[in-house]
Amino acid sequence: MMSDYRVQGETGEWEVVIGLEVHAQVTSNAKLFSGAATAFGAEPNTQVSLVDAAMPGMLPVPNRECIRQAVRTGMAIDAQINKWSRFDRKNYFYADLPQGYQISQLYHPLVGEGSLMIEADEKAGIPEAKRIGIERIHVEQDAGKLMHDQHPTMSYVDLNRSGVALMEIVSRPDMRSPAEAGAYVRKLRSILRYVGSCDGNMEEGSMRADVNVSVRKPGKEFGTRTETKNVNSVRFVMAVIEGEAKRQVALIESGGTVVQETRLYDPDRNETRSMRSKEDAHDYRYFPDPDLLPLELDDAFLAECRESLPELPDAKRARYLAAGISAYNADVLTAEVESALWFDALLETGAKPVAAANWVTSELFGALNRLGKSFADCPVTPAQAGELLGLVADGTISGTIAKQVFEKMLESGDGAAAIVEREGLKQTSDTGAIEAEIAKVLAANADKVEQYKAGKEALFGFFVGQTMKAMQGRANPQVVNELLKKALG
Amino acid sequence: MMTDLTNLTVAQIRDGHRAGDFSAVEVAEAFNANVAGAKALNAFIVETPDHAIAAAKAADADRAAGTLKPLSGVPIGMKDLFCTNGVQTTAASHMLEGFVPRYESTVSQKLWDAGAGMLGKLNLDQFAMGSSNETSYFGNVISPWRRKDGGNAALAPGGSSGGSSSAIAARLCPAATGTDTGGSIRQPAAFTGISGIKPTYGRCSRWGIVAFASSLDQAGPMARDVRDCAIMLENMAGFDPKDATSLNLPVPNWEAALSSDLKGKTVGIPKEYRLDGIDPDIDAMWDAGIAMLKDAGANVVEISLPHTKYALPAYYIIAPAEASSNLARYDGVRYGLRDLPQGAGLQDMYAATRADGFGPEVKRRIMIGTYVLSAGFYDAYYTQAQKVRTLIARDFEQAFASCDVILAPTAPSAAFGLGEKMADPLAMYLNDVFAVPASLAGLPAMSVPAALNREGLPLGLQIIGKAFDEQGVLNAGLAIEERAGFTARAEKWW
Repeated sequence: MMSDYRVQGETGEWEVVIGLEVHAQVTSNAKLFSGAATAFGAEPNTQVSLVDAAMPGMLPVPNRECIRQAVRTGMAIDAQINKWSRFDRKNYFYADLPQGYQISQLYHPLVGEGSLMIEADEKAGIPEAKRIGIERIHVEQDAGKLMHDQHPTMSYVDLNRSGVALMEIVSRPDMRSPAEAGAYVRKLRSILRYVGSCDGNMEEGSMRADVNVSVRKPGKEFGTRTETKNVNSVRFVMAVIEGEAKRQVALIESGGTVVQETRLYDPDRNETRSMRSKEDAHDYRYFPDPDLLPLELDDAFLAECRESLPELPDAKRARYLAAGISAYNADVLTAEVESALWFDALLETGAKPVAAANWVTSELFGALNRLGKSFADCPVTPAQAGELLGLVADGTISGTIAKQVFEKMLESGDGAAAIVEREGLKQTSDTGAIEAEIAKVLAANADKVEQYKAGKEALFGFFVGQTMKAMQGRANPQVVNELLKKALG
Repeated sequence: MMTDLTNLTVAQIRDGHRAGDFSAVEVAEAFNANVAGAKALNAFIVETPDHAIAAAKAADADRAAGTLKPLSGVPIGMKDLFCTNGVQTTAASHMLEGFVPRYESTVSQKLWDAGAGMLGKLNLDQFAMGSSNETSYFGNVISPWRRKDGGNAALAPGGSSGGSSSAIAARLCPAATGTDTGGSIRQPAAFTGISGIKPTYGRCSRWGIVAFASSLDQAGPMARDVRDCAIMLENMAGFDPKDATSLNLPVPNWEAALSSDLKGKTVGIPKEYRLDGIDPDIDAMWDAGIAMLKDAGANVVEISLPHTKYALPAYYIIAPAEASSNLARYDGVRYGLRDLPQGAGLQDMYAATRADGFGPEVKRRIMIGTYVLSAGFYDAYYTQAQKVRTLIARDFEQAFASCDVILAPTAPSAAFGLGEKMADPLAMYLNDVFAVPASLAGLPAMSVPAALNREGLPLGLQIIGKAFDEQGVLNAGLAIEERAGFTARAEKWW
């Protein structure tokens, strides 16, 4: 079943066609062609080498780690890795581009055709899982940054980003709704973070997307597309698509034509505006960079790249599903590499997968939210959580008590068993004690006993609750059930 | 009276200094004096007598301490295309006038590490674009040579390494660095009666050399004879991890392996280099050269380099294409010239800076290069030129199946008068016709002085070798040098 996302126009329904070019900053201590550092947020122009500033006579030398990360990313999307690729110069003048050209890969990219899966999400309007094609990944240099607020009449330039390695990940025009595009970006980000080739931090600009949008009557030829540059959040990507599709439909239906152009998104006004049309597009005069030899990768290098790949989100998700974990929980657990790794460590302790998944997605996620923490600074270790879940699994404490114990673990940092021991929270299966409390509960609620016996069986839960309350949650619920049934005859 | 130290070769200075015949400071002072007295030649953009003296003092101390280096006591000239730490580096352009690098090019650093001292930064064609040194922002270099016609016409020292050639020929320095993109070492060497070698592409690091055309630029030495070229090259070449196109090969001991015995060697004579209407003196010199190599024991065969006629057009597409991109960094933003007219924006600043900072020849090549790379023309020009380049390299490969080195003239004429060819860029470009093919193929090639023409001007023979076989080139050059007996020098008029 295809996406049924449609833009309603005066002439009927329109289908939206979306392709994304995602620029992802490669995780590397050094820039693509120089040894300068790449840390975010450094003082302007403190991470600039002679090469990055394009001083006379300076030459680029490829950073092997950046190439390695791009190759691993390509492998993670099942893409063809080109053992022979080449760098090209993209020539244009701008003050943030010291060389007067960006070193990129137009003609022979490092990574060829690949794809990724986006999962079904009925609520979001994605009825079934869908494979999105990825045309290519190439590596290229980032530019510097202009600062317009430093001087009344002049602009300053910060070259810290100049020369930082980017992967440009170009999708096929395979997406048909804002939701699909959002899911694509989230999935891509997830894969990059699993692989460790990009930190996926969109706020800091480590990942940004150029959004290509066109509209057509369903099943007809592709329309003319526009490209909205440098969109830096999933929400904005979706907003751009929605707004741009509506704009194009309105334009066409009012007798106009969509022109191929570059647009900019203004998040404050939630609209795009034209930056330049195809007519005044730059002629980039691409040609092979004569300072660099073609990049040739050998089998040993590729083997090392492949071996270094971790288990990826799809494989992990499949493994969780096979262990009986719900699709929803599997999605939630695998979305971020940190939670997935944490969860895997919890499974390593011997925790039962389904119970562990339920506990992590409800109790732990809730606690982290409340405390404003993440898995990176998680207040409990997988081992501590495993101990807690073990106590539930072997009947030492009930699920209700487990919640209390977990709270105390968060407060004190102590282990679950120690807390249970100290606070006397052990669950009891002592039939005598439980029978005594049941007797009191039934005596105090004689009217309800009557009603129950008259056929209002839903009241059984009430008696269980009262008994558990009287036992301060420490009674084994199964034993309570059995004894109550017996007592109520 | 003591020998004039400035008449000594690099080897003689090195050996004489080692033997204690003279001090390095005496040598440096002698050359400094010659430099100071030769302003009329305009060979230097910046003179650095203190650098030469400091290196000489270190050399004298090293001799006393018994820690001599390969070039201890030898002062040299540095083409002003090499970035030198703390010393203005201009590429003979207004664009970089006053630019003082805070880094040292790999090649110049190697020379200083070997004990050499610097007499100054040598003039050149602006950004190494030119064949006569007339494109320098700092005025053209004048050759020390004059025609024996009674006239005093100022002659071109060749280009782009014309400051280097003129200074060596006039005994302002015993050796100098050059760079060769399409003949810029060999043609000026031929014009001034000295030797010069462009090694295999990648032998010398390009790091710190102001780029002209990256896939062609190659540094090399210029000196009075073949041995000096070998000595200098040994101290300039070597793998550099800072240059991705640098050859990761050991540097041979070229000087020690010099031999003019060519028995068992075959010399190829490319028939396509016999141009119609060429100066008969050039043809005569070439024939004499063939006889010399036979005399040295070599077997001589005719070879064919069928795509030769396409080399010059291909070169004048590829080199400007690369230059148009390499020179984009001179934009007035970070260093060098900045022209910021009142109320100007970024585009105005670019336009004003580049209009003012680049000379006409540089602009011409930037425009040619921009044109051949632009959408719609790229395939017709650049792609086609790259195919030609591949074919030219293949021509050489096939030719070298039947010979060890190739002998040809270096240039189609002797030095021409300054101003004679400036009005016609195509005539100027034709000067490189014999030099360009080896550049496109990345092969080692050298020029050695072989004869004087009827006007009394030097002519050079070119030896082209297989990739990495600088030794074969130097040895054939040595065989010619020994037999040509070229001892002529320009009479001092400056």
